[in-house]
Amino acid sequence: MSWWTENAAALVLVIPAIGAALLASLPNYRISARLNVLATGLTLASAVALVFGRPEAGAYLLVDDLNVVFVILNAFVGFTTSIFSATYIAHELETGRLTPLYLRFYHAMYQVLMFAMNLALLANNIGLMWVAIEVSTLTTVLMVGIYRTPAALEAAWKYFILGSVGIALALFGTIIVYVAAQPVVGPGLDAMAWTNLVKHGVAFDPALLNLAFVFLLLGYGTKVGLAPLHAWLPNAHAEGPTPISAVLSGLLLNVALHAVLRFKMLMATNAEVLAPGPMMITMGLVSLIFAAFMLYKRRDIKRMFAYSSIEHMGIITFAFGMGGPLANFAGLLHMTMHSLTKSAIFFAVGHVAQIKGTQRFSEIRGLTVTHPVLGWGLVLGVVAIAGMPPLGIFMSEFLVVSSTFARDPLLAIPLVAGILVSFGALFLRVNGLAFGEPLGSTQPAEASYVPLFAHLALVAVAGVYLPAPLVAWFQNVAKLLG
Amino acid sequence: MGKLEFDISHLLSGGMVLVSLVLLYQDRMFAVLRFFAGHAVVLSFAVGWQAFVQDKPELYITALIALAFKGIIIPLALYRIVVRLGIHRELENVVGVGLTMLGGIGLIALSLIVILPLTTAADPYAREDLAFALSVVMLGLLMMITRRNAVSQVVGFMSIENGLILAATGAKGMPLVVEISVAFSVLIAFIVIGVFLFRIRERFDSVDIGALDRSQGDQP
Repeated sequence: MSWWTENAAALVLVIPAIGAALLASLPNYRISARLNVLATGLTLASAVALVFGRPEAGAYLLVDDLNVVFVILNAFVGFTTSIFSATYIAHELETGRLTPLYLRFYHAMYQVLMFAMNLALLANNIGLMWVAIEVSTLTTVLMVGIYRTPAALEAAWKYFILGSVGIALALFGTIIVYVAAQPVVGPGLDAMAWTNLVKHGVAFDPALLNLAFVFLLLGYGTKVGLAPLHAWLPNAHAEGPTPISAVLSGLLLNVALHAVLRFKMLMATNAEVLAPGPMMITMGLVSLIFAAFMLYKRRDIKRMFAYSSIEHMGIITFAFGMGGPLANFAGLLHMTMHSLTKSAIFFAVGHVAQIKGTQRFSEIRGLTVTHPVLGWGLVLGVVAIAGMPPLGIFMSEFLVVSSTFARDPLLAIPLVAGILVSFGALFLRVNGLAFGEPLGSTQPAEASYVPLFAHLALVAVAGVYLPAPLVAWFQNVAKLLG
Repeated sequence: MGKLEFDISHLLSGGMVLVSLVLLYQDRMFAVLRFFAGHAVVLSFAVGWQAFVQDKPELYITALIALAFKGIIIPLALYRIVVRLGIHRELENVVGVGLTMLGGIGLIALSLIVILPLTTAADPYAREDLAFALSVVMLGLLMMITRRNAVSQVVGFMSIENGLILAATGAKGMPLVVEISVAFSVLIAFIVIGVFLFRIRERFDSVDIGALDRSQGDQP
């Protein structure tokens, strides 16, 4: 056990790396699907071990209260998605949308993606973090384009171009941070380590930090999916395999957000810089309102939930932009709940789309009649994501709204308006999907319901009861975030 | 840094901005590739000069990567792709040369206005270098926006990466980790793009990005 906790941080990275190599060399897809589950399961176990003991911050890796939350969430959703992926992908092979060779590639890429995301979260070096986020972009581009239909290629190309431009801007910001740090910390690797940056941030040139943060917010904000840089997100979600949509929404957006939060923490150490809060609040609100209205016009089920992800990332960015212990706590909680709920929704949507052979709203109706478990699972997921009490998202949204009312009531108006507008769109759509005369294929679902209902159960429990240690942990992180 | 060393550094980074501007208005595929190779060669000189001035031998590696990989191998590979796709005779729709150039000049002015007053505390070369690098990045972005052809968008993207390397070498003592990783990521980016080009070719018989617009997923 002690060996396990001592090396947990390294294991979180090594297991997916070994998994990727193994999966790339195994031809049998049944074995590789199980191995994929096993590898993500072991990663989850190592991630949980980080709670009990952590290594000292080294030159490259850093484990602190903030990234442990992200790493565990990442490993958990990665694990459940791999279970979902096993049943999903078998069906794709049967229908001939994917060949065994592509499946092998898919499984290896899944592990590479997990590796890159964990590295981005655990990196103690801003350059290393950038590289990891770049790798995660490239792997997801390949995964989004895996079906090779014109629409999938268009989505992957758009994602690739916008993602690369965002990543390029972020690297420019990273270099400026180094230029700011180098006179104070001294040249070399030290001037890129988070631990040093935060310690000496007070002495950095504020003008350089301001400039850097603008580039970093725009760059990593592209990957968070904040409007007006969100254009890649709906296409990438709609055209890739559904497990990848779940991972994109549930995890990759969080990883990019984690980068923004780290740099916000750096900004907070220096009293003379611009406050990063208002920029984040503006981008968050614009994303929320824009996405809320865009929800109405959707004809594609996965595309609609992609816009819903933009909406929620907007709320989360808004909450962190407000800052302070309460709003940060609400933002963290909302991020966790959103990851769990959105990936659960994509699990349900993935099976629905496979059964019906389409993703269009107009061709799917009466799910609760033909597929009661799946249909009600989807309804429950949408009820949760829309923020109905007593589920988890209601609680986190309530906290965001109430903390905003306490601090700045005027800002709460667009926030509430955006939430209500999206609420209407979601119920309008799910009503057509779940009820009425059944339409389309009624073949039974070959689904594994465990990941779907495990996530929904967690969200439901979190709505009424949060364990005290978790609350304490989140409060501590909220304080760290400033 | 002495006067002469500074002037030469200045000349080389300024040269990159100039080549970026020239890249903007090339309307033939081969000309685009030739000037991109030139861009990479100027970059490698700029990086090599910094290696000499800052006495950082590891920067020579970065310079060599830029010269061999982006100055020679990638342009040649893209040349072959262009020939194979049969698009070397095509004239590209640039959004009006005059307008593009005006936009480019505006972006350079913007970069100078943004960077120079902000960084008075920083080392004078790092400062000018950042301003030039930002101009190159901006011009690369402008090129990506104004082109409809996949190959020239790729070239635009790689000229952005060149600008980033210029910025990284100007920052004194920036660890090699990042430079190699940048070069490495360009490699990966190139592979990805290569795969894409062939797939696009396979599916649409064209590398015109406009062809992709037809397949918008969310239209009625």
